[in-house]
Formats: sequence, structure tokens, C-alpha cells
Amino acid sequence: MKEQLTIAVSGLNNTDNPGPGIPVIRALRDWKGKDVRIIGISYDHLEPGLYMHDWVDKSYSVPYPSEGADNLLLRLEYIHQQEQLDFIFPNFDAELFTFIKLAPQLEKMGIRTLLPTLEQFDERHKYRLSEFGEKYGVNVPLSITLGSIHEVPKVMESFDFPVVVKGKFYEAYIAYNMEQVYSYCHKLQAKWGLPIIFQQFIQGNEYNVTALGDGNGTTIGAVPMRKQTITDKGKAWAGITLDDPQLLEMTHTLIAATKWKGGMELELIKDADGKLYIVEINPRFPAWVYLPVAAGQNMPAAAVRLAFGEEVAPFQSYDVGKMFVRYSWDNIVDLSDFQQIATLGEL
Amino acid sequence: MKIQIKSNIALSDTGFVFNPASGDSFSVNPMGVEIIKHIKAEKSASEIVALLSEQFDADAITIEKDLYDFKQLLLRHQLADKA
Repeated sequence: MKEQLTIAVSGLNNTDNPGPGIPVIRALRDWKGKDVRIIGISYDHLEPGLYMHDWVDKSYSVPYPSEGADNLLLRLEYIHQQEQLDFIFPNFDAELFTFIKLAPQLEKMGIRTLLPTLEQFDERHKYRLSEFGEKYGVNVPLSITLGSIHEVPKVMESFDFPVVVKGKFYEAYIAYNMEQVYSYCHKLQAKWGLPIIFQQFIQGNEYNVTALGDGNGTTIGAVPMRKQTITDKGKAWAGITLDDPQLLEMTHTLIAATKWKGGMELELIKDADGKLYIVEINPRFPAWVYLPVAAGQNMPAAAVRLAFGEEVAPFQSYDVGKMFVRYSWDNIVDLSDFQQIATLGEL
Repeated sequence: MKIQIKSNIALSDTGFVFNPASGDSFSVNPMGVEIIKHIKAEKSASEIVALLSEQFDADAITIEKDLYDFKQLLLRHQLADKA
């Protein structure tokens, strides 16, 4: 592998609902012995990472995946001509499908990725969670997908209150009565479209695991975390690494069974009897991915090494009780920067 | 009631208790620190009451009640198991 790598990273929305972009960049900057040039790719002119010049060397606007894979590919070809990219880290759920489809063409251009296969990506969708649990023998809460809000009365025959109402990509609400069920369904349909997922509410403690699979069934890294403070969107604002063999065992079992390739985040709930349920599988590193780095497992750097065909030994340990506490910061920006990204699409 | 402090529970001299499996942390007062240390050292309830009575200048009945309540708290917060 070259000593200097140029890596494009998306998910620069370092807001109160943060994308993983800046934490991934921070991890790559921590990569000892590697000089990394970071190219930000952005869908919105106000993504804070665009203006964090200490972290992002150059940024480019790209079209939304919904505007078509061809348009995105054209733009990436242009960026590649300018920057000679070695690797791309897509970090948004909504763009992953397109990047997985484009991966062979990117590879031909000399740009590597480390992404799950389309089958892996597809079968862990929250609207297929019950099927996933059955296939891999893991506990999952009962989940039923609604293609239309008219199906609510029929679907609710399978649930008691409270019930969790989830959007296709993001957001989840706990509904305690039918009024709330309908209200959340309309809200989620307006924002994310259909389907909407109804999920059995599991009373218990919530845990998260960041992990990296090599695509052959080996878990390269895995660090569990418990959220200590959450925002009103349910995002972790502070968290702590844990020593819980049950969480790690579940992660290793899942990665071995699915032969997961790339970063992932597991969302789990442990009920009062200690039974562990998987409630969501995110097919990318989470926004708290720098906590595992600080605890001793630089999984984003390991992901790049895997993509370059290096032998990467699984991490053996991490610091337990390592915490992160986020803060907000008003980054002062010159209008000329905003003008440049808004008009020229480059900064 | 006999209980055992879970083996992975960390206790500092300042009274900070950390459960690395759940991520929960607690602050206990000096008497709490002593009780946890004595339970870890597998002292019986009567031994603990006698030791604390000397150390904290309180009557045995009050300490016995406090010890019982504190053990319940340790169990409730999953810092200990019934022996």
C-alpha cells in the first residue's frame, strides 16, 4: 500500500444527528505511519464537515443517489480525475445501495471500497428483521412491515402497547395508543416514505456494538458501548465502552454466520432475564466510531487495509470504561467558503 | 442474606463504583466503600456489623439495618449476586 492515501468520505453532517464522516476521518488521521489526504463528499452545502478545514483537505458536492447512479458516477469520475482517489468511505444508509452497485466500476477506476454485498445489505433491512433472525438463529423482536397505513388495524392485532413505530431509514417512536400509532405513521410516511415497520417493544437496557467483518466470517474488531446521554432524536451524546462477553459473542456469531464485509453497528436490547435481542443492524460504522479507536481498535484504518488486501489480525482487546462526551461548537465560516461550495461545488 | 460482589466490579478509594458490563457507575459514601470491601473479603454480616460499629461510632442495630438495605441496593443495581 502507498504511504500516502487519498480517501473520500461522506457523512460530513456533524450535527445533533451526526453522520459518521468526521469520526471516520479522525480515525484515519490517527492511522500511525500513514499520510492520509481527505476528500469530503457532500450532499448539502451546510454540512459542517465542509468547513472543518483541519480535518477535510478538499470537498466536493455530489448529487443525491435518488438522482441516479449514473449522475453520481459521473461526478465521482470528475473528482477522481482531480484527486486520484484510492478509497471511498460512504457513510449514509441512503447512499449505500448505490455505492454497493457502483463498487465494481469504482474498482476498475482504481478506487477501493469495503462494503457489504448487496445480499448482506438487503437481508438486514429493518423491515426484514424477523426473517433475518430466523435465518441466522438470533433473537429479534417481532417486526411487521406496513406497505400502507390502511394496514394498521390488522397489524396491531399482533402487538400489545407500547409498540415501536419505525421509519424506513431513520427514526423510531414508541406509541402507547392508537392515536399515537397513526400520528407517528403519518409523520414517518411524510418524511421517509413507505414501508413503515412495527416492532415489538422490548423492555430493557439498550446497547450498541461497532464491529468490522473481513467478508470471510472473521470479526476484525468489536467494541460494545452503552449510551449515557441521548438527544431527543435518540442519538448518543455520551457513551462508555463495556466489558460484556454476551454482546461480543452475539457480534462474533453474527459476523461468522453472515460473513459480513465492512463496518457495522448492532443495536441490541437486553431484557430483565438477560436475553439479548438484535433490534437493528446498521450496515456502516456509526457516528461514535471514534470511541473504539480511542479504546484501542482503529476499525476505519483496518477497513482500508482490508480493502487493499492486507492481512489484518483481529484486535484482541480494548479499554473498558473509555467514554466519549460530545459538545457543540460554533465554527465561524466566511461567506466566500459557502459561496464557493454553493456555486462551484468544490471547496 | 449472603451476597457476593461481582468479580468485574471496580471500586475506587474515593467511592466510585463502576460496572463494566452495564456501564453503570455510582458514588458511595465511606461506609459504602467499607461495606463493599468487607463483602469482597467474604466477612460475615455479624463481622461487618462489628467492624463498622467500631469504625463509625453507631449502634449495631442501626448498622445492621443499613447493611441490609445496602445489600439490597447492590443486588438491585446488579453489582452483586446472592451467594
